[in-house]
Amino acid sequence: MVAVTVSSSALVLAGAVFLAAAVEMVEALTIVIAVGHTRGWRSAMEGTAAALGVLTVLVAALGPALVRVPLNALRLVVGGVLLIFGLQWLRKAVLRSSGYRALHDEDAIYQAKVRELEGLGRSPGRDHAAFVMAFKGVFLEGLEVVIAVLTLGTSAHRLGLAVVSALVAVVIVGAVGASVARQLSAVPENAMKTVVGILLTSFGTFWTGEGMRIHWPGSDTMLLGFVAIYAIVVWALATSLRALRRGHEVVA
Amino acid sequence: MSPGRLWGAVRAFGRFWWDFLVGDTPEIFVVVVVALAIVAWLSLGAHLAALAGVVLPVAAVGALAISLVRAARSR
Repeated sequence: MVAVTVSSSALVLAGAVFLAAAVEMVEALTIVIAVGHTRGWRSAMEGTAAALGVLTVLVAALGPALVRVPLNALRLVVGGVLLIFGLQWLRKAVLRSSGYRALHDEDAIYQAKVRELEGLGRSPGRDHAAFVMAFKGVFLEGLEVVIAVLTLGTSAHRLGLAVVSALVAVVIVGAVGASVARQLSAVPENAMKTVVGILLTSFGTFWTGEGMRIHWPGSDTMLLGFVAIYAIVVWALATSLRALRRGHEVVA
Repeated sequence: MSPGRLWGAVRAFGRFWWDFLVGDTPEIFVVVVVALAIVAWLSLGAHLAALAGVVLPVAAVGALAISLVRAARSR
């Protein structure tokens, strides 16, 4: 029974990090592909590699330091951050699914980036504009992945599993992205974002409670209970907002 | 590092966390912080851990609902 609950919480952790990394990777890849197609692949790849290098250093430097923080204090702070972060993701996902906000359109982002890049001048030698654009895209999207890896990995004392899950997501999305090139809009990004939001909020609630010495019924299994509760709440809120929006449209 | 550059780095670091945690959803930040204070008091001060365990997820759902209503009204 213990082995089953431990592996189920590890599975939820790996799934949360994998999906968070995959969603951010799709966004970063859109920018890199736009840079590569417009300005050439060499500078795009150099910018991507430099950003991945800096992100790796951040995880390597901060991960072992965070593991030394007392577990209850770490879970309280990390849980609070995850709770806020997860609720922000859920808010965006619900607003998009109910039509109050436009769905994340990778094609539109790609076209906007291409227009922006075509307007920039070229310098001889290394294309600095392409390098900076690719670096910024990968670094800024990757920073959220680093935060997810560090907070989820250190609080669960499974930093290695979190890092591997993120790397698998980066490799898979990178490989798929390279093969489908500009068809990243086919990725069900909002659905993935909803799942990540539910998982982050569940971890946030669970760990904040543990940090304040709340003993959850069923121990680690309660994590799955939170996932189910928040999934139902998100479905109910999205359905209500969709109905409210239709009502407003009929009145208008 | 010169004091000017150090101050710039500190400001950039602070701005990153402000955008990350507060950003355009200050209501989520406020509700979560207030809820954590209440839960801490219930669990650690009043020794009502079971009640604290109910308040925490209810507050999270409340924060999400408030933020969604606010966003829907502004559109």
